[in-house]
Amino acid sequence: MVQVKMHLLVCGGTGCRASESKRLVDELNAQLQANGLADEVKVVITGCFGFCEKGPIVKVIPDNTFYTKVKPEDAEEIVKEHVLKGRKVTRLLYEDPETKTHVSDSKHMEFYQKQVRIALRNCGFIDPENIEEYIVRDGYAALGKVLAMTPAEAIDIVKKSGLRGRGGAGFPTGLKWEIASKNKADQKYVVCNADEGDPGAFMDRSILEGDPNSIVEAMAICGYCIGATKGLIYIRAEYPLAIKRLQVAIGQAREFGLLGNNMLGSDFNFDIELRYGAGAFVCGEETALIHSMEGKRGEPTIKPPFPAEAGFLGKPSNVNNVETFANIPAIFLKGWEWFSSIGTEKSKGTKVFALAGKINNVGLIEVPMGTTLREVIFEIGGGIKGGKKFKAVQTGGPSGGCLTEAHLDTPIDYDNLIAAGSMMGSGGMIVMDEDDCMVSVAKFYLDFIVGESCGKCAPCRIGNKRMHETLEKICQGKGTMEDLDYLDNLSKVIKDTALCGLGQTSPNPVLSTMQYFRDEYLAHVIDKKCPAGRCKALKSYVINADKCMGCTLCAKNCPVSAITGDKKVPHVIDQAKCIKCGTCYEKCKFGAIEIR
Amino acid sequence: MNKIKSLDDLRKMKQNLSSDISIREKSNNPDKIVQIRVAMATCGIAAGAREVMNTMLEKIAKDSLPVVVTQGGCMGYCYAEPTVEVKVPGKDPVVFGHVDPKVALDIIDKYILKGELIDGILPVNYQSIQEKA
Repeated sequence: MVQVKMHLLVCGGTGCRASESKRLVDELNAQLQANGLADEVKVVITGCFGFCEKGPIVKVIPDNTFYTKVKPEDAEEIVKEHVLKGRKVTRLLYEDPETKTHVSDSKHMEFYQKQVRIALRNCGFIDPENIEEYIVRDGYAALGKVLAMTPAEAIDIVKKSGLRGRGGAGFPTGLKWEIASKNKADQKYVVCNADEGDPGAFMDRSILEGDPNSIVEAMAICGYCIGATKGLIYIRAEYPLAIKRLQVAIGQAREFGLLGNNMLGSDFNFDIELRYGAGAFVCGEETALIHSMEGKRGEPTIKPPFPAEAGFLGKPSNVNNVETFANIPAIFLKGWEWFSSIGTEKSKGTKVFALAGKINNVGLIEVPMGTTLREVIFEIGGGIKGGKKFKAVQTGGPSGGCLTEAHLDTPIDYDNLIAAGSMMGSGGMIVMDEDDCMVSVAKFYLDFIVGESCGKCAPCRIGNKRMHETLEKICQGKGTMEDLDYLDNLSKVIKDTALCGLGQTSPNPVLSTMQYFRDEYLAHVIDKKCPAGRCKALKSYVINADKCMGCTLCAKNCPVSAITGDKKVPHVIDQAKCIKCGTCYEKCKFGAIEIR
Repeated sequence: MNKIKSLDDLRKMKQNLSSDISIREKSNNPDKIVQIRVAMATCGIAAGAREVMNTMLEKIAKDSLPVVVTQGGCMGYCYAEPTVEVKVPGKDPVVFGHVDPKVALDIIDKYILKGELIDGILPVNYQSIQEKA
């Protein structure tokens, strides 16, 4: 038998798939076949490597060569040069943006050096559609360990680990399990919340796509602890790849006897079903999620009763987020002492963040709690795109807030982020630069909330609509000082009176931007200017007569013929006709068009 | 498909399957294990490097040795192909020349496992770009 000497790991996450990683795999296999290497080299489709900015990624094992932005056409060169002759394809290597040198070994990339991967331990390492690879990575061994304990002992370990819910609010997971375990009922449920709704967030999707078995195992562990025999995964239908991989994982687990009756020789029975969501933000709230699973409208209800008392079909249910579950097997395998040694005093372990926005390394990262925002954004994230100036970072999605330069050295954990006026949320991190208008950012999030509000309670349904209108008015240059007070007051009312967690946190983007970027609000209201030049109504394009050469290029390109002037004579923009499309600004070769 | 009926079954299954993925586990900590680099340029392949590499891979898999085998380009010792570079953690790399399958096994048995030097060592008089950086 010929020994496999090399593995080519190809990212099969949604992001890289969109860049034809599937065709790349076919092409690599075809090239290996053509060169008689099919027996010696194995192509493995894995989950996300996290370095989405430069996808599709191909990692060559065992020398850890990290190829970025690989196209199907590159397969031939990789096979003929690297696989056959051992010569690395330099042009596909990652180039360090600062030193401009090629980094061939992913171990030497700054992006990976600061990361600690617990929830993402198998992402980009194993084939997510092959349960055998998960088993080799100690898969289901944690379940085996737990089945040898009493449920109370197992819950105690989760409690001691200090794990808190990764979905946003940070409720201690062990305590949640304990409450659910103490409620007596003929049937209980374990629910996995995979309804990742924050704009710009893709942590849960990547875990499900890269390591679905870890969620299946963790849910079984939870089932044993709380006394449930049924698990339900509520996942949005917009995640077709994650759904497919979960179905494969569940199917294989059943085949291997790792789901079903008498698991691992014990008398514990457990099985998992999928429930699909239509992609409504409010269904990430646990009571709304449960209603949606029951086939009712996805509307939240007042807590108590908590799901741990009366959840799915009125039975005690334990709802945890995907990332929370992903940590569970690792805690049992390596011990709670190990887990609680990572992180800060009140926030243990690591957190996965999805970096997005104006940042060089858009992607998925996992860092220990207590890492500073500066480390995340400037070291791992590689800084701001185009060398622009950092302005703010939005964490926690529509329920979170914007943090400024002053917060860059704050260690990230649940409590610090709340103290700074934002929140951990599920882990979306959207970076903004000097070109972003903070009033518009607040408006964007409110726009999202207005569209996603379920409409059950008046503060959220009507209050957020009024907030949105007021922000729109400010962006139009029609705002007054009273409007700012009105926003402030309305925010506080919504916070105090909305029914569910989503409504109560919906004014956060407005409150935090008003607190940290008050000067920008004042510029919009008093000077009628948008400092970032984003709000169309507040900017005007003017031609600087000293710089204008009269080349007529702007006049030729203006879609509404608002620019007039003779050849070689400075032109003029008719402000009444101008639609502020910015075409003239882009076309002018002399920098004569100014935004005022 | 055999069902996994107990924790022992699970452990056995893990054992049986682990060779398939061990190449990836090893590459996770390349600095801590023995690295063998076989020169696989045209000259090396023509001189039989492929056979050497396969022999070593089979031996390593058979005895589950903590050794990772990678392939390199031409090292410049074309007169002595096939050449094999061995890097034992904490020691300077050593290059062996004129390696055939028999010498390849000797390298593993004597040099890597017992620390004995064997004939055929070439003087190392270069630095790779990674070491310079």
